[in-house]
Amino acid sequence: MPEVNIGNASSFSDPGRKVFEVSGQEVGVFLLGGEFYAWENRCPHLDGPACQGRLLPLATEAVNDDHTSRGREFSKEHMNVVCPWHGMEFDIRTGRHPTNQAIRLRKVAVRVEHGEIYVTLRGV
Amino acid sequence: MPDEIKSSLVGDIRELQEITAATDTRDYLFAAARQAERQYDDYEVIIDVDAHTQEGRFWPEILEFMENDVLKHTALNQLAGGIRTPLINMQPGMSFQAMSGRVPHQSGPAEKVTNPEKPGAAFVEIARRSIDFMGVDYQVVFPTSMLHLGMNPMEDIEIYLARAYSRWMTELVLPQEPRLAGLIYLPFNNVDECERMVREFGGHPQVVGYTICAVRHKPVHHNQYMRLYSMIEESGKPLVFHAGPHWDDPSFSQLNRFISMHALSFVHYNLIHMTNWIINALPERFPKLKTVWVESGVAWVPFLMQRLDHEVLLRQSEAPGLKRMPSEYMQDMFYSSQPLERYDLKLLEATFDKMKASTQLLFSSDWPHWDFDPPSSITSLPFLDDQAKRNILGLNAAKLFNLPIKRTRPRAADAMAARAADRVS
Repeated sequence: MPEVNIGNASSFSDPGRKVFEVSGQEVGVFLLGGEFYAWENRCPHLDGPACQGRLLPLATEAVNDDHTSRGREFSKEHMNVVCPWHGMEFDIRTGRHPTNQAIRLRKVAVRVEHGEIYVTLRGV
Repeated sequence: MPDEIKSSLVGDIRELQEITAATDTRDYLFAAARQAERQYDDYEVIIDVDAHTQEGRFWPEILEFMENDVLKHTALNQLAGGIRTPLINMQPGMSFQAMSGRVPHQSGPAEKVTNPEKPGAAFVEIARRSIDFMGVDYQVVFPTSMLHLGMNPMEDIEIYLARAYSRWMTELVLPQEPRLAGLIYLPFNNVDECERMVREFGGHPQVVGYTICAVRHKPVHHNQYMRLYSMIEESGKPLVFHAGPHWDDPSFSQLNRFISMHALSFVHYNLIHMTNWIINALPERFPKLKTVWVESGVAWVPFLMQRLDHEVLLRQSEAPGLKRMPSEYMQDMFYSSQPLERYDLKLLEATFDKMKASTQLLFSSDWPHWDFDPPSSITSLPFLDDQAKRNILGLNAAKLFNLPIKRTRPRAADAMAARAADRVS
């Protein structure tokens, strides 16, 4: 499985994302909280370009101790990427759908060395 | 960069941009073209029976065909004031469709076209991009903004907008693209005007049927409509019930989120109209009139079959016109596929069996709406055989709408290669 240099780590904002096509494979590389994550740009729903959508905080239902609701609030900890085809959301750190954790993006190995980012492609 | 890593570089690296409302439809749907190449590139015909190419962008063109001076004046004033689709009386809640920007194509199209000044040309170019990249030969287009027009308290607006839209479609759009087909909107709040629409527009070669937007409070079995149904039956073209969202029904006002209203509303209106259609035995009165039930998915079909079969056996005196069970009439009708409820495939398979999907189901994309389905929503179903997939994706619709079984779409590989070359140049 070839490892590919996709550019300089300093070119990313945090939170930030870039999506690359390399040898016919599409990979989304994300920087969040100082850590890099990479996922295949393919939504498990219907193969949409999941990594090319908006980055938004996880929406949560804010429930008080007495079970009353304050409505919805954005999470301060969790950031999602939203597939632009149908709106399916995935946690940037885990790649998993917030409601059904079995639905998830495919992980791509990513590492940083000497300020350069390397992702590992599937066999070509 | 260390030498050992440098040597591992593979091919060219291309950065892909975030998708927005301004993204070219071909880039938006590039993944659909890949699916077309892998899954159905050799199919004889693919027909999408319900798509929209948001015509809000083209409302000024439509208003040029407005035949009422006062309404045209009002519309142009509203347009100048920033209202995107004047006269529609759109509910504020409908602005939640795009999920606060999560699904940009719902808010578009804002992409560039080659000839923005030529009337009808932009609509056609954007529609062509979508059908080329979804791998579709023929597409039936439908006016999104008019889905709720039946609830407009100003009856004359429904009539005049129906006429303006139909003239725009038949005089300007369809002649520019033989791969597009249209349905004639029936202003169902005024039956005389419905009949006039059938007489004036029904003969256009690219008009393949008539549509009743289901979001309305008009009982479809009322005697006033019988002559209209006779005319449509005689035309040989189907009658299409197109469901839609609506938040103003008293029951729906209890629903506090768009998702709740959307999940129930589409099905709700088709449930009501189908129930009236069956219980009043309209299939017996119009045995050759073909009906299509659009944009409610399919899960509601077996529910209503079971429910009506159960009740008709017990209360036959209230449905005396029926000579068969409700489910048998429903099995003769046609249904569009989107939004296909695919989460539980066993349930979906049972639904397909019950509704005789291999002959009665018609693929629809609903592009560019947030819950659109590409053709792979059908080809990826593990329980369908190859012939059933071909039927649902095109052969059923070709027969129903009298469209040719003829490939008009480019090869998916060619479409993708042309787009890649565009990007380079």
